[in-house]
Amino acid sequence: MAVTAIQSEDGSELTIRIQGRFDFSEHQSFRDAYERTDKLPNQYTIDLNETTYLDSSALGMLLLLRDHAGGDTANIRIVNCKPDVKKILLISNFEQLFTIQ
Amino acid sequence: MELAEGSIKILVADDSETDRMILRSLVLKQGHRVVTAEDGQQAVELFILERPQLVLLDVLMPVMSGYEAARQIKQLAGEELVPVIFLTSLKDAQSLAECLDAGGDDFLSKPYSPLILQAKINAFNRMRMMHHTLQVQRDKIAGHNKRLLQEQAFAKEIFDKVAHSGCLNAHNLQHLQSPYAMFNGDVLIAARKPSGGMLVFLGDFAGHGLPAAIGAMPLAEIFYHMVAKGFSMPEILSEVNSKMKQVLPVSGFCCGGMVDIDFDSKVMKVWIGGLPDCYLYRTKTKTLDVLTSKWLPLGILSADKFDTGYEIIEVDYDDRLYLWSDGVIEAQDDQQHFFGEERLKAVFTNNEEPDQLFNEIKESVFSFIGEPTDDLSMIEISMVPRDSFSDKPVPVEASTIRGARNWSASFEFRPETLQSYNPIPLILHCLMQVPGVNLHSGRLYTILAELYSNALEHGVLGMDSSLKASLHGFTQYYAEREHRLQQLKEGFIRFWLEHKIEPQGGVLVITVADSGPGFNYQKMMNRITEDTNYHGRGVNLLRSFCRRVEYSEVGNQVTIEYAWNNELDSAHKGHH
Repeated sequence: MAVTAIQSEDGSELTIRIQGRFDFSEHQSFRDAYERTDKLPNQYTIDLNETTYLDSSALGMLLLLRDHAGGDTANIRIVNCKPDVKKILLISNFEQLFTIQ
Repeated sequence: MELAEGSIKILVADDSETDRMILRSLVLKQGHRVVTAEDGQQAVELFILERPQLVLLDVLMPVMSGYEAARQIKQLAGEELVPVIFLTSLKDAQSLAECLDAGGDDFLSKPYSPLILQAKINAFNRMRMMHHTLQVQRDKIAGHNKRLLQEQAFAKEIFDKVAHSGCLNAHNLQHLQSPYAMFNGDVLIAARKPSGGMLVFLGDFAGHGLPAAIGAMPLAEIFYHMVAKGFSMPEILSEVNSKMKQVLPVSGFCCGGMVDIDFDSKVMKVWIGGLPDCYLYRTKTKTLDVLTSKWLPLGILSADKFDTGYEIIEVDYDDRLYLWSDGVIEAQDDQQHFFGEERLKAVFTNNEEPDQLFNEIKESVFSFIGEPTDDLSMIEISMVPRDSFSDKPVPVEASTIRGARNWSASFEFRPETLQSYNPIPLILHCLMQVPGVNLHSGRLYTILAELYSNALEHGVLGMDSSLKASLHGFTQYYAEREHRLQQLKEGFIRFWLEHKIEPQGGVLVITVADSGPGFNYQKMMNRITEDTNYHGRGVNLLRSFCRRVEYSEVGNQVTIEYAWNNELDSAHKGHH
């Protein structure tokens, strides 16, 4: 499984981990990861520690998650980015939409 | 009796009458129809006449052998599968092999079992039908594919006209686009501004192929229309962003870079949203300035959150700005290594002849990757003198509603408007209602822009134009202008427009007044006659276009008269 989702016990936080390449082939599994929650979390964490590459469709998927999580009021942190991955996020200035750590 | 496959017509060819009769009754009993031939020649003739679906052939017959008949029948059948089964008393392997070599599908040695013969007829009939179904489906798919390719080629023609067009062939531009598919997600468009400047946009839609290319259509349309109507870069970006937000799915967006080039003041205004670092090569010093993406791609933020900022860069003639999609640094070789920034920068370091830079980048990327696997676009924009363009900027499209022939109008713009709105396109649009005037749109735009910026900057905002002359003057000047504009609490600019018909054409009288303190125009007019290099307030420019330029009041009001001759224009046009 390249995409894994873990929801905290009280359901308030959802952590999604992506292993390997984050591109269009992960579209469905990434969607499932945040759509299949019983309780709508108020905090999302995207852990890219094991993500090796990010393409433009991955950026699009992050925008979909942001929309799902409330758009401008969404609370999404992107954590543990490798330098190459972080660079792609910063080129598109996604730090204006997400908290990148 | 198995009749699931339906009744077919079977040709039986045997020179022995007894054998013919036995076969005939067997086949009839199975529910099929039969035609019979006495030799090979007759078999071929009957095949042409009756078109049977299956053939039972004796090998040894007079006139023409079964082998030869099989060859001819197979050739006549063409792509259709007509199973040929040999019935023979020959038993040696050589003869049996020859049955198949001649095009036969199977053989049965005499005496044969009627049961086996019936089973073979059924089996071959099933195969025949499968073959037929396959061919029908194949033809259908081939037909669909052919139509799809034709439609794509047609769509690509439209797409290329819209998305890769404008003045991309101008002598100060060099561009490259390698389509990954028939359509790519990259847009490259350029257009001359009515004022003589140029706007260039390079965009990269998320995704590939047709889905990505579709978004390019409205983008390009908005770009060309707004540039031609004299809108500024922030206004165009803002409009494009809103449109992209409206038409693209949530996960879709367009990374891009837009550059507004002013050939008179040698200034480039640059907006980059989501493109990798772009380079400015300063030819004199052989140095690279790196321009980083500072804005979000288009189509993500709603109109009220979209930031229409840009960087102002002062450059010299022959300096070059490079914009590219991520396909350049992310170009991969067969070991999946990226081309990367190091290799890209090395091209600039090793360059000796700046005119060759573009080709050297291209060659360096292509020799690295072999075959491009991703959309890859780049453009080089050189700063050149304005008068190096021989072609005239394209006039604003003539209004399709004609007939404003004798009229006047007035506008007053107040602080809230002056802070956020550029009224020139509105006024220009008004003027374009006048028949015949669209051929003069470039000059009228320049006149209006000059009058407006004088009234705003020197009148309402009280700016001193000498600031522009210093080294980083332009940057400072624009920053100060923006600052004062945001602080603006009172003031106005008024436009009076009047159009009158003259015998061969018409005249526009434009008066602009502002709330500023005015200036000593007497003194300035005297200096113009003494010193033709004096460029204060662009009066020389106005005087070269207009038959009358007159200041009045305390110097905060100016009236110009612009006249044209329709007959001269049409003679001029016909000459080209």
